[in-house]
Amino acid sequence: MLKIKDLYAGLEGKDILKGINLEVKAGEVHAIMGPNGSGKSTLASVVAGKEEFEVTKGEIVYENEDISELDPEERAHKGIFLSFQYPIEIPGVSVTNFIKTAINETRKAKKMDDMPASEMLKMIKEKAAMLEIDRKFLSRSLNEGFSGGEKKRNEIFQMAMLEPKLAILDETDSGLDIDALKVVANGVNKLRSEDNAIVVITHYQRLLDHIVPDYVHVLMNGRIVKSGTKELAYELEERGYDWIKEELV
Amino acid sequence: MSFKDKLLSSYIALEDHLEFDSPLHDVRNNAIKIFEEKGFPTKKDEEWKYTSLNSLLKTDYSVYSNKERNVELQDVRKYFLNEIDTYKLVFIDGVYSSFLSETTHDTLDVCLMSAALNKKKYKPVIEAYFNKAAKSDSLTALNTAFTKEGAYIHIPAHKEVEKPIEILNFSTGNEAAMFLQPRNLIVVGENAHVQIIERHQSLSTNKVLTNSVTEIFAEKRAYVDYYKIQNDVESASLIDNTYISQQRDTVCRVHTFSFGGKLVRNNLNYFQNGENCDSTLKGITILKEKQHVDHNTLVHHISPNCESHQDYKGLFADSSVGVFNGKIIVEKDAQKIDAYQQNDNILIDDNATINAKPQLEIFADDVKCSHGCTIGQFDEEALFYLRSRGIGQKEARGLMMYAFANTVLESVKIPELKVRINKLIANKIGVNLGFEL
Repeated sequence: MLKIKDLYAGLEGKDILKGINLEVKAGEVHAIMGPNGSGKSTLASVVAGKEEFEVTKGEIVYENEDISELDPEERAHKGIFLSFQYPIEIPGVSVTNFIKTAINETRKAKKMDDMPASEMLKMIKEKAAMLEIDRKFLSRSLNEGFSGGEKKRNEIFQMAMLEPKLAILDETDSGLDIDALKVVANGVNKLRSEDNAIVVITHYQRLLDHIVPDYVHVLMNGRIVKSGTKELAYELEERGYDWIKEELV
Repeated sequence: MSFKDKLLSSYIALEDHLEFDSPLHDVRNNAIKIFEEKGFPTKKDEEWKYTSLNSLLKTDYSVYSNKERNVELQDVRKYFLNEIDTYKLVFIDGVYSSFLSETTHDTLDVCLMSAALNKKKYKPVIEAYFNKAAKSDSLTALNTAFTKEGAYIHIPAHKEVEKPIEILNFSTGNEAAMFLQPRNLIVVGENAHVQIIERHQSLSTNKVLTNSVTEIFAEKRAYVDYYKIQNDVESASLIDNTYISQQRDTVCRVHTFSFGGKLVRNNLNYFQNGENCDSTLKGITILKEKQHVDHNTLVHHISPNCESHQDYKGLFADSSVGVFNGKIIVEKDAQKIDAYQQNDNILIDDNATINAKPQLEIFADDVKCSHGCTIGQFDEEALFYLRSRGIGQKEARGLMMYAFANTVLESVKIPELKVRINKLIANKIGVNLGFEL
């Protein structure tokens, strides 16, 4: 589904990602871990198409197409979703109106008619129930005055509504207490299928108890320096990152 | 003959029809003298540095409409707040339309300035209030000299007006170019509450220049909510002069929605004449093409323990021009004042201009005054967030503009009006938002 080949990308001529190689197949869950400033969020943003970052070398191949020149909305239309570490507040636009606009814009890009209102409402109801989201919450302005946990839950709600093929969750666990974490993880797990893939970016192994990854990668200084299975996450939790640095030397 | 000369000779003709022994006659005569002396303001006046009336004054406006023109309800219905019951004062080319209006004399007076000026029973109110808050700048004086018609609203003490009052000024294009000078007097008695919506609307593409004066007097503990909807056609210009005199414990809020017209100048003046006043001035300005809107505000803190809040937001596209000139004066005795002023602008295109000029004159030593002004472009991070959800760049920018402007609407107290303004904003910005959910 996603093949990142020797990817170099950065800001203002300075590379943050220095030769990333990663392959994610349909049905898989990958976790990317690493210390602060290692390039985790940059990788997520570059795959989602943030224009601020310049790709200087390499390819991002998604479903056999190099997408590195596509606009963020075009990537979204193809089924790529990024759950933001810091979701943006949009006063005056309700969660419902926002998700409606997002879904119908995607349908428009695919030359489909708007989703019928009744179908939309039914879907909203279903997904909100799955994530234990209150109806009142849906009529509030998007992310405005939301707690950290509410913002993250709202991100996963959007993911559930948009049904992406490739979801990248950037620090979705930060700001969540254990109960909220379980609800969010449970929501994500329900969206797992043979046809889609999930990339989880996190500092902590905690989230990976609930969203169990098939592969764990360690990102350091813009490169994936170690890959393994979920056991690697436990090892990192226990030993930190220094031992990997030493291994590399 | 210049337009100024034309006005001066029109005044002489008008004077023939006036009662010479009326106290108002002196007020008019003084006013026309001020106008004769000062003339129309030019860019040399500090207060008019960024706005020129020059090109507007080259037109030969008719000062009175010679023909009367009927307007059918269906032609203007969409400009009324139809969703709810309201009192209505409707003027067509400066002339009152009883057919389209809904007035009252039942406990409160919602009627005509012309009636108030001529009938004996209103004389004490006219004498006590007329032209008492208005400043003597030349444009206000010009309006005062020609005072003839407009809204007269008198709310007695302790009366909570149960429905909003709409003041609607239509121009039909009956004359090739029309100069209109509505004059409104609004007196809100002790502990009385009122909501008023004012709108100027041209129904043709003929030129219109309106020089409107509104005086609002809030007696103690009164509560006034005033909404100005400025969404006129390209050939219409407006100079709107509003004077609000507040007694103690009053709340006066003015929301100005400037979305249309060729040139709009808002002179909004507050005078806090008693303690514990709350003055709120809010505005949303959304302009395109060559539109020009100038907000000139004055909050004069004369008494202690008062507050004022100003929050103006502007979105400027194409080569439109915005001006925000916000003056706050805190007098020596006006201690413990909390005055807040915020003016945020987004320039959508490179050719758009905003001139922002906060002016604070503080003579008291124990006050809290804050002001802020931002001029910016779009937040790229937010734009990326929306686009990553599949929302195209144009629509994403629209949603952000909508979100930017929307916060000003929080204090709009009439839900139906809020929905209206919301739709107007969405429409101006070109976003397609469903409001039914």
